[in-house]
Amino acid sequence: MNVKNDTNAYWQANVRLILISLAIWALVSFGFGIILRPVLAGIAVGGTDLGFWFAQQGSIIVFLGLIFFYAWRMNKLDKEHGVDEE
Amino acid sequence: MDQFTINLLFVGGSFALYIGIAIWARAGSTSEFYAAGRGVHPVTNGMATAADWMSAASFISMAGLIAFTGYDNSSFLMGWTGGYVLLALLLAPYLRKFGKFTVSEFIGDRFYSPTARMVAVICLLVASITYVIGQMQGVGIAFGRFLEIDTTTGLLLGSCVVFAYAVFGGMKGVTYTQVAQYCVLITAYTIPAIFISLQLTGNPIPALGLFGEHTASGEPLLAKLDQIVRDLGFAEYTAAHGSTINMVLFTLSLMIGTAGLPHVIMRFFTVPKVSDARWSAGWTLVFIALLYLTAPAVGAMARLNISELMWPNGTDGAAVSVEQINTSEEYAWMATWQKTGLLDWEDKNGDGLIQYYNDGNAELQARAEANGWAGNELTNFNRDILVLANPEIANLPSWVIGLVAAGGLAAALSTAAGLLLAISSAVSHDLLKGQLTPNMSEKGELMAARISMAAAIVVAVLLGLNPPGFAAQTVALAFGLAAASIFPALMMGIFSTRINNTGAVAGMLAGLIVTLLYIFLHKGWFFIPDTNMFTDADPLLGPVKSTSFGAIGAMINFAVAYIVAGMTKETPQHIKDLVESVRIPRGAGAASDH
Repeated sequence: MNVKNDTNAYWQANVRLILISLAIWALVSFGFGIILRPVLAGIAVGGTDLGFWFAQQGSIIVFLGLIFFYAWRMNKLDKEHGVDEE
Repeated sequence: MDQFTINLLFVGGSFALYIGIAIWARAGSTSEFYAAGRGVHPVTNGMATAADWMSAASFISMAGLIAFTGYDNSSFLMGWTGGYVLLALLLAPYLRKFGKFTVSEFIGDRFYSPTARMVAVICLLVASITYVIGQMQGVGIAFGRFLEIDTTTGLLLGSCVVFAYAVFGGMKGVTYTQVAQYCVLITAYTIPAIFISLQLTGNPIPALGLFGEHTASGEPLLAKLDQIVRDLGFAEYTAAHGSTINMVLFTLSLMIGTAGLPHVIMRFFTVPKVSDARWSAGWTLVFIALLYLTAPAVGAMARLNISELMWPNGTDGAAVSVEQINTSEEYAWMATWQKTGLLDWEDKNGDGLIQYYNDGNAELQARAEANGWAGNELTNFNRDILVLANPEIANLPSWVIGLVAAGGLAAALSTAAGLLLAISSAVSHDLLKGQLTPNMSEKGELMAARISMAAAIVVAVLLGLNPPGFAAQTVALAFGLAAASIFPALMMGIFSTRINNTGAVAGMLAGLIVTLLYIFLHKGWFFIPDTNMFTDADPLLGPVKSTSFGAIGAMINFAVAYIVAGMTKETPQHIKDLVESVRIPRGAGAASDH
């Protein structure tokens, strides 16, 4: 029963981490890059605005950070909950 | 040495390298194609996946589409990279844990239904064949330019090379060949970009040069570009023009589609551990980002160069003369590209000058009238030629031009071969051997694989002659189809135990059929020209273009699956246990043994 509980806790922690990561994923691309671009229009970046930068480069850099962060965090979670591969 | 010989040397040399590596890799190991991947390091796997994934659309077409529309086409940049976040978080680790080799096998097992597996195979075939059309277009353009023939002949010739290449490549562990192809294509993409960035901004890193200063005018590069295109009556480069809803849906379709493409997902089955699958997705994106961070710079700088070439005396001065185009070294690329039929100009008003401007713009019409212009005289500029012509436009040394030709072919060939392999294995392994004729001999299976590969090429060539859009747009349709059919089934299979066999089948069919219908309504039935009832300029559903419909198709898939699953029998316990086991990494080694 203990094992079962721990698996549940592991899965819940994973789902929570996924939700947080996807919120950031959506915020930088659909948010800053597209929908919120007019809001960020005042912030100038190299001849244009911050929204343009997020749409053409910023999102990609954040995506990279997200994947590596998730991998690092999950591999740690695996060990904490004892579900990692030996 | 003339340009033609240099091109031949670079293309021939790179081909020799791939073949050499394939032979070397084969001599080192006799293990099967699938098994060859088991011990692949996440970084190596990432590089190979990046080559497999970055196709003619990424290499040849994307920067051109960004160059001519600017901000609005940022969707390609965000969509084709953001999909890897979905892949890394929602699919890759779990599918690796499951430990089978094909996506349809997972769907068949998880939804305990051979029908589900068949439907997955059909979805895979439809998406992959559409994808191959885009690749064939790219191959046609690259061969057309490099052999200085028209695109149709280039396409036919290219298809023979792709066929030979796919049959050859399919037999061996292709991972190391793909690593070499990645190196060739990233070098070919970056070197001209560095040269051009140095010329225009003095910054050797194109991604930074894009937001840097235009040396000649002292203004920021993007501000300068905005001003030039505005002067010529075109839409401002950095401004948003299209519908926001359409842009969101298009970006989302490309993201979900990326995570649903079987030939990409399959790559993550090949790493040793679940934790490696997570890292590998990150490394893949690192290698993809190297090209994707450069692409918007390539687009913007090429647009600036072209505008300045057409208006050598500034936008207020006189346009370039026909004589200059015909005799000057700087304009030699125009004559070469004219031969492919993808670039053309015409001195409509007979003033000996070629005026390039937007003749649909009211302000420019007034200026045209005052100056006696008779419309835009750069009559044809196919977006797909931009990247290949870029080094010539910027007047770079001939070896750079040869290198780019080799890079474009590497991108198109590696992806086309990977797709043909996925198609042929789906037909021979999943469809024939798995379902229709289970007793087929190994020899028969191999024969069926080759025949289906040939059939797929014939279909792709026929459709490639009259493509439904520029290469990247055609490919975007394939992503829409994958997004609507495969991704939702995989995600629900992992994250919900409620979805049963009937729900999954109904969802996939609904997503695929509705999306396919929407595409055919706008692009013609089976992509046959002039059979369409709507156009993407005035789509059926408000602002939603056919390339953006995949996201809606995916939502339909999710909704139908939930509703149907709610009305039918619950998922059996042993399947729930299977889902539980997929969710935890422990025991992945054992799972990979079957």
